[in-house]
Amino acid sequence: METKYISKNGLNEWFSQIVKSGKRVYAPVEERGKVEFKKVQALSEVAEEYIQTTQSIKSAVFPRAEVLFSYEKENGQVKVEDFNPDTVKETVLWKVHPCDAAGFKPLTAIFNWDYTDKLYNAHLEKTTLVTFSCAKADKSCFCTSVNGGPGNTSGSDVLLTMLPDGGAIVEILTPKGEALVQLAASAFEDDKGEDKSKYLADVPLAFDLEEVRARLATAFDSPVWKEQSERCLGCGACAFVCPTCACFDIQEDAHGSKGKRIRCWDSCGFSLFTLHTSGHNPRAVQSQRWRQRILHKFSYMPDRLSVFGCTGCGRCSRACPVDMNILEHITSITKK
Amino acid sequence: MSEQNIYLPYLMTIDKITNEAPGVRTFKLKFQSEEEANAFNFKAGQFGEYSAFGEGESTFCIASSPTRKGYIECTFRETGKVTSGLAALEEGSTMGFRGPFGNTFPMDDWKGKSLVFIAGGIALPPMRCVIQNALDLRENFKDITIVYGAKSVNDLVYKDELKEWAERPDVNLVTTVDPGGETPDWKGEIGFVPTVVEKTAPSPENTIAIVCGPPIMIKFTFPVLEKLGFKDDQIYTTLENRMKCGVGKCGRCNVGKLYVCKDGPVFSKEQLNDIPAEEY
Amino acid sequence: MDKLREKAAALLADGTVTMVLGYEEGTNKPRPLFCHTAEQASKLVYSSQCINNLAVYLTKKEIMGAGKVAIIATIPTLRSILQLSVENQLNEDNLVVITVTDKDEVKQFANFAEIEAYIADFQLKLDGKEQEIITKLEGMSREERFKFWMEEMSHCFKCYACRAACPLCYCTKCIVEENRPQWINPWAAPLANMEWQINRAMHMAGRCTGCGACGDACPVGIPIHLLTRKMMEDLAPEFGFTPGQPSKNGNALSTWKADDKENFIR
Repeated sequence: METKYISKNGLNEWFSQIVKSGKRVYAPVEERGKVEFKKVQALSEVAEEYIQTTQSIKSAVFPRAEVLFSYEKENGQVKVEDFNPDTVKETVLWKVHPCDAAGFKPLTAIFNWDYTDKLYNAHLEKTTLVTFSCAKADKSCFCTSVNGGPGNTSGSDVLLTMLPDGGAIVEILTPKGEALVQLAASAFEDDKGEDKSKYLADVPLAFDLEEVRARLATAFDSPVWKEQSERCLGCGACAFVCPTCACFDIQEDAHGSKGKRIRCWDSCGFSLFTLHTSGHNPRAVQSQRWRQRILHKFSYMPDRLSVFGCTGCGRCSRACPVDMNILEHITSITKK
Repeated sequence: MSEQNIYLPYLMTIDKITNEAPGVRTFKLKFQSEEEANAFNFKAGQFGEYSAFGEGESTFCIASSPTRKGYIECTFRETGKVTSGLAALEEGSTMGFRGPFGNTFPMDDWKGKSLVFIAGGIALPPMRCVIQNALDLRENFKDITIVYGAKSVNDLVYKDELKEWAERPDVNLVTTVDPGGETPDWKGEIGFVPTVVEKTAPSPENTIAIVCGPPIMIKFTFPVLEKLGFKDDQIYTTLENRMKCGVGKCGRCNVGKLYVCKDGPVFSKEQLNDIPAEEY
Repeated sequence: MDKLREKAAALLADGTVTMVLGYEEGTNKPRPLFCHTAEQASKLVYSSQCINNLAVYLTKKEIMGAGKVAIIATIPTLRSILQLSVENQLNEDNLVVITVTDKDEVKQFANFAEIEAYIADFQLKLDGKEQEIITKLEGMSREERFKFWMEEMSHCFKCYACRAACPLCYCTKCIVEENRPQWINPWAAPLANMEWQINRAMHMAGRCTGCGACGDACPVGIPIHLLTRKMMEDLAPEFGFTPGQPSKNGNALSTWKADDKENFIR
């Protein structure tokens, strides 16, 4: 772990060296009235004034649709072609926020629980995260209440905290981060001793996470689930924009004798998620599915995987058509 | 050695197809790769994800016993997209298999005990693996009782094996059909499985009861066992939930904080008491 | 606002209805509110910021329950209520429909015919930004327009918020959920997304009342309501049918009449 300083010019230099190295760089870009991660070639393309991107960057390691393997049938026999990790390209995720980087921890836990996921790991291995601390937050943010913070380093390879002079404090956190820094080593100067905390957004603590967990452990039959979920429409917006949601479906893309088995995003909020072929549906009403979402993230995951399934990024609340504000819902559980 | 792709199935050849009952088939499968066949091992209770290439995967238990080497079997009813795809396959065709997944029946703990197997209809397959396993190691167990029922005589599965089990002096097999499901020459019981269990009245003394069946059968069998004196840690069952990955990642089979594909499918009644019944 | 709250509270207090469906203050704009008690009615708000179409809840049995329900409807919601009535999805006797006029008066409709008469005075209008896109699209060639929508579709991730927010998407099994055969690929990819949206526009033809809830709901900002809206505008002159008119009886594409102008079916 090493801390350095980089000037505004240094940043430009480093960025262009990263692009020159052939790695794909994804960064937040403003387009169509939204800020989303997109492949960029120049620093000038990167968005400046925004709080958070609409979608997370989990698609870099968990694409919204991915080929697990392909097959070809002939005369009753089948040939399969496995996923090839060598096809994964080196990727740099530029200007993710600490809440995005923190999301990689629960994702990695799910995809490496017992059985290891070859595809996820192949993507993760070739992905480097350059995180930027948050100087601003909005009322949907609550990273500090879920073991996070605007200057948190969890999941990041390099953490930059921007300074008034256009330069940044650089925390080099992992060997991958070091390797990326080496692409323009001369652009980095010695640490100027700036105090990072002066430049971080104020995200007040909204609830006590352990208290939430304790209450949820006995809340299965509570009427709160029906009350909170009455307006929920049962779409997948919250699950899909979430940096930690990893539920997926496995589907077949069949074209005659050839085909591919595809993994694609799914959501526990959809009514069909748990439907049996017999017609029996253990979670037939939305209140049961809402309960599952909250319990899974704040109770089951910490119990089974020792990590919470929420980083406080607030995306679900912002994306929800009917304002299912998760911060509000969780806080109200602690007040009951 | 590069990481295995857990979503890539073994290629299997369908060695034999047995028509068990209307819409119900058993496939006997052999690994196409000898290396994979030799490396493969599993325990009674585990399940697999079976692929019909072009349609998708379906979850079935491994219906044969691990004591019988060189092949695995699965039994399924043609119900939906994938099972229809499987039903269209012929002997000699290739299909896929991923597994073994899930936990197992704790047969080592049951050594020296008596076993009572209670099954209904298409739920005999998940039990067949453990029944065959127990019969292959017969000396490990005291009394073995099997109570099996179906809607009608035609719907009974593993008809040949039932004959085999009936003829064994060291097995007490009681078969039943629902009232109205009997044929003129039916010699077995007539009545719903829970009623027949009560009539058979197996002793709970040093005995384990394993129950598999449609939810309605289980609902009425548990109280019968309780009445007969079985404690919750003496009763085992298997749960089913919609599954896709089979390895605890896709999130579908969550029941409370348990995953049926990882913590199950075998559960004792004691464990079931701790998880929300409405979620399965 | 007070009059609205009083009205809602009274309906609940005297047992006329078991629930009042309206709006309350949300994080950035008003959101749906379900009042089960007279006290909860004090949270009700009503303004031009109320853009969720509450009619979407009218076909959800688990929310509506068995009793009589009141709904505080904006103009777009009123149109949806009428179209749901055309499609026999509502029981007029179990629904109390209330609106707030532009003179801030609370108006309770005696029946759906009264709603139809009231709505006739309000023209469906696109806002400036929407008009800009429509004008741009109308100036494009077919190839350019396809390119525009494929670019928009590349952002879609099949969350189905558009479907979930639409009051007329009440099918218990949506076509995307049908897997024998799998008509529409369930994963997110530009062409698969386009298939879904084209399908949706077709299923909305003659039914969409232009509320814009789908476009508002889309988390990635696709102006998807313009597709169904354009379909609506194209269909009206062709079939002589405007959705949301129970007095005219039937749907443009699913009601056959002896005097239909096409003769291929005779």
